[in-house]
Amino acid sequence: MTIATIDGAPTAVPAGLARGRGGGGPASKRVVVAYGFWIFILSDMVMFSALFAAYAVLRGNTAGGPTGAELFDLRNVFIETMCLLLSSYTCGLSALSAERRHPGRFFIFAVLTFVLGAAFLLIEVSEFARMVAKGAGPSRSGFLSAFFTLVGTHGVHVASGLIALVYLAAQVIAKGLPAVVLRRLLCWSLFWHALDIVWVGVFTLVYLMGAP
Amino acid sequence: MLGRLSWAAIPFNEPLPLLSGAVVGIVILAALATVTIKGWWPYLWREWLTSVDHKRIGIMYVVLGLVMLLRGFSDAIMMRTQQALAIGSAQGYLPPEHYDQVFSAHGTIMIFFVAMPLVIGLMNFAVPLQLGVRDVAFPVLNSVSFWLTATGALLINASLVIGNFARTGWMGYPPLSELAFSPDVGVDYYLWSLQISGIGTLLTGVNFVTTILKLRAPGMTYFRMPVFCWTALAASLLIVAAFPVLTATFVMLLLDRYLGMHFFTNDAGGNQMMYVNLFWAWGHPEVYILILPAFGVFSEVVATFSGKGLFSYRSMVWATLGICILSFMVWLHHFFTMGAGADVNAFFGIMSSIIAVPTGVKVFNWLFTMFRGRIVFRTPMLFAVGFIVTFVIGGLTGVLLAVPPVDFVVHNSAFLVAHFHNVIIGGVVFGALAGINYWFPKAFGFTLDERLGKASFWCWLIGFYLAFMPLYQLGLMGMTRRLQHIPDPSWQPLLLVAEAGAIVIFCGILCQIAQLYVSIRTRERRLDLSGDPWDGRTLEWSTSSPPPAYNFAVLPRVETIDAFWHMKRIGRAPAEPAYEAIEVPRNSPAGFVTAFFATVMGFSLIWQIWWLAILGLLAAAAVVLTAGWSIEREHEISAAELAQMERAR
Repeated sequence: MTIATIDGAPTAVPAGLARGRGGGGPASKRVVVAYGFWIFILSDMVMFSALFAAYAVLRGNTAGGPTGAELFDLRNVFIETMCLLLSSYTCGLSALSAERRHPGRFFIFAVLTFVLGAAFLLIEVSEFARMVAKGAGPSRSGFLSAFFTLVGTHGVHVASGLIALVYLAAQVIAKGLPAVVLRRLLCWSLFWHALDIVWVGVFTLVYLMGAP
Repeated sequence: MLGRLSWAAIPFNEPLPLLSGAVVGIVILAALATVTIKGWWPYLWREWLTSVDHKRIGIMYVVLGLVMLLRGFSDAIMMRTQQALAIGSAQGYLPPEHYDQVFSAHGTIMIFFVAMPLVIGLMNFAVPLQLGVRDVAFPVLNSVSFWLTATGALLINASLVIGNFARTGWMGYPPLSELAFSPDVGVDYYLWSLQISGIGTLLTGVNFVTTILKLRAPGMTYFRMPVFCWTALAASLLIVAAFPVLTATFVMLLLDRYLGMHFFTNDAGGNQMMYVNLFWAWGHPEVYILILPAFGVFSEVVATFSGKGLFSYRSMVWATLGICILSFMVWLHHFFTMGAGADVNAFFGIMSSIIAVPTGVKVFNWLFTMFRGRIVFRTPMLFAVGFIVTFVIGGLTGVLLAVPPVDFVVHNSAFLVAHFHNVIIGGVVFGALAGINYWFPKAFGFTLDERLGKASFWCWLIGFYLAFMPLYQLGLMGMTRRLQHIPDPSWQPLLLVAEAGAIVIFCGILCQIAQLYVSIRTRERRLDLSGDPWDGRTLEWSTSSPPPAYNFAVLPRVETIDAFWHMKRIGRAPAEPAYEAIEVPRNSPAGFVTAFFATVMGFSLIWQIWWLAILGLLAAAAVVLTAGWSIEREHEISAAELAQMERAR
C-alpha cells in the first residue's frame, strides 16, 4: 500500500515509529498476511483448548468400557510423533529454500514433509481402526468420544494441511515463487508448526498421562 | 435420496407459520421480480453481491440485521400476546409445541442475526474510515464473512416452513437438545445455522484485529485511535478468543446427535454440565462483543454532539480493555444454581460485580463529556442519553443478579428476562440505532429525517420501559421465564402493560421505516455536500459523503486524537495533494458463491441428504481453492486517473 500524506509531505517513516506497530502507517502486505494468519491460528488453538478441556473432564468416564491404559500403544504413538516432528523440520527447510528461491530444493523438502505427514496420518488411522474393531469406538463412552474428537480433529487438520501443501506446490509449479506465493507458503508453514504444538499437547496429556 | 425430507416437513396443519411463510415468500418473489423487470441484476451483482468494499459490506450487514429485527420482533409480540391471553382457563392461541419454537427462535435470531450483524455492520462501515485507511486487511475474506452470516439467517428462517425449529431455548441445553429428547430437525437447524454463521463471525474477528493493529494512517498511534476503534478491537479480540469455544461445543453436540457419541448424554459417561460451562465460556464474552462497540458508538456520539473531546480518553480505553479481560472470568454467574459450591459462586459473584467498576468509569466519562458542553439533541444524541439512563438501571439489576443468594431466588425468572433485555435493548439496540442515524449521511450522502427519528426514539424508550419494567415486578412475584400459560390471574394487569409496551416499540419500528422512506423521497433537500454534517471529530468526516471506493485519495496524516477536529482547528487547507498510484481490491464473487454452497451443505446436513451435503462441501472448497489461486487481486489506479477522479467529485 502506498503511503502518501495529505499535504504531500515526504513518505519517510519518522524515527521510532515502526510501520504498523506505532504511527508509521500501514504495515507491509507480508506482515499483514502473516499477522492475520497468526490470529487465525490463535483462534484454532482456542478451539483445541475447548476440546482438551472436554477430554480432561471426560477422561475418567469410561462407562465400564476400556480405559486409555488398555488401548494406547506407546511404541506406535512414539513413531507417529517422530514423523510429525521430523515433518516440521523438513517443512522449515522447504520454507528456507523457497525464501532463497530454490524451487528444486523446495520440492524435495515439500515431498519429504508430505510423506512424513502422510505416514503420521496412516499410523493414526490404523490406530483408530484397531480400536473400533475392538469395540472401542467413539460411541462406546464419554471418554472415547472425547478421545476420538480431540485426536481426530488434529488428524483432520493434518489432512487438510497435506491437501493445502499439494495445492501450494501446484501453485509453485504454475507460477514460480512470486511474493504472493511466498506469503501463502509462509502461512502454510505457520499452520504446520502449530499442528506440531497441538500434537505435543495431545502426546503428553492423552498418551503419556493415559498410558499404563 | 432426500434423507429425512418429505412433504410431511411442511406444517400444513399449522396455519400461522404457513401464512407468515407465504407472506415472506410473496415479498421475496415480488422483490426478485422487481429487480428482474427493472434490469437491476447487473448493478446488484457488480456493486453489492460481489463487492469487497468494507462500506458496502457494512451496509449489507446492517440491512440484514434490520430485516431480521422484524422477524425477531414478530416472535416477541406473539409471545407477549400469548402471555397476555393464556391466563387461568384460557389457553391462548399458541400451542406449547409452537410457543417453544417461537421463544427459541426469538432469542437465537435476536442475538446472532440482529445484534451481531448490526454491530459488525457498523464496525465494517466505520473502522477503516476512522483509521484513515482504504479497506480492511482481507477484503475478500470480509465478503465471505458476511455471506456466511447471511447463510445462517437463511437457514434459520427456512425452519419456519420446512420442518421446525428447536424447542430448547436459545442456549440449546442438553439433555433436552440431545437426539433422545429432540429427535427432529429443530435442533439441527439451530446448530448448523449458528455453526456456519459462527465461522463468518470468527473470520470477521481475525480480519478486524489485523486491520486495527496493522493498518492505520501514518501518525495514528494506538492512543490516537478513536474510541470506537478501540471498542471494535476489544470486541474482535473477544470474537477470536470466544467463538472457537462455541464452535467446539456445537461440534460435540452435533457428534452426539449424528454419530451417537456421549459428550452430553445422560448415559455412557456424558456430562451435561460441561455443555453449560462451555456454552457460557463463549456466551458471556459474547454479550461484551455486542455491548463494547455500542459503548464505542456512544463515545463518538456524545463527544460530537457535545462539541467537546471525550472526557478522559485514556480511562475510557483502559476501562474497555479491563472489561475485555474481566468478561472471561464471570461465565459461571449464568448458572449459580447448578451447585458449584459456595466458594466458586462467591468468586464469580465478586468478579461479576467488579465489571460494574469499569462500566461506571465509562458512564462518568460520558456524563463529564456532556458537562458544560454545547449539547445538540439530534437523534443519535437522544439515543445516547436514553442509553445512559436505561443502561444504568440494567447494570444495577445485573449487580443484584451477581449476588448468588439473590440469584437463587430470581434465577430463570421474568426478573432475569427484564434484566438482559434492559441491557441489550437499552445498550446494544440503542447503540446500533444511534450509530445508524449518526453514520447514515456518511454512507449515503444525505441525512435522515429528524422528526421521525426523534419519534422513533421516544417510542423505543417509552415502549421499552412499559414492556420490561413490569417483568421485573412479575419476576419478583414468582413468574418464571418461557411460560406458555399463566397460572396466576393476578399477573394479568402487568402482562397487559408489557403487551402495550411491545406495541409502542412496534410504533417505534414503524417510525423508523417511515423515516427511511421519507428521507429517501426528500433526499435532494437533505444532501450532505460538506461530508461533515455533525461537525465531526474523527477521520471518517474528512472524506466526502458517500466516500469514494478507496476512501482517501491520499492517506491523512494524524497528529493528535480527534485528528479531523485538529485539522479543522489549525485550518489545514485541502490543497491539491501530490497523488500517487493506489491499489484497490477487485470485486470477487467468492463470498457469495461459497455461501451459496454452504447453504446447500447446511440444509442437506440438517435433512441428512448425505450426497448433496458432500457435493456442497466439495463445491464450497473448490470455490475457495479457485479464489486462492489468483495472483492479481488488486487493480491499480494511476496517479493521473486518481487526480481526475478526485477533481470530478
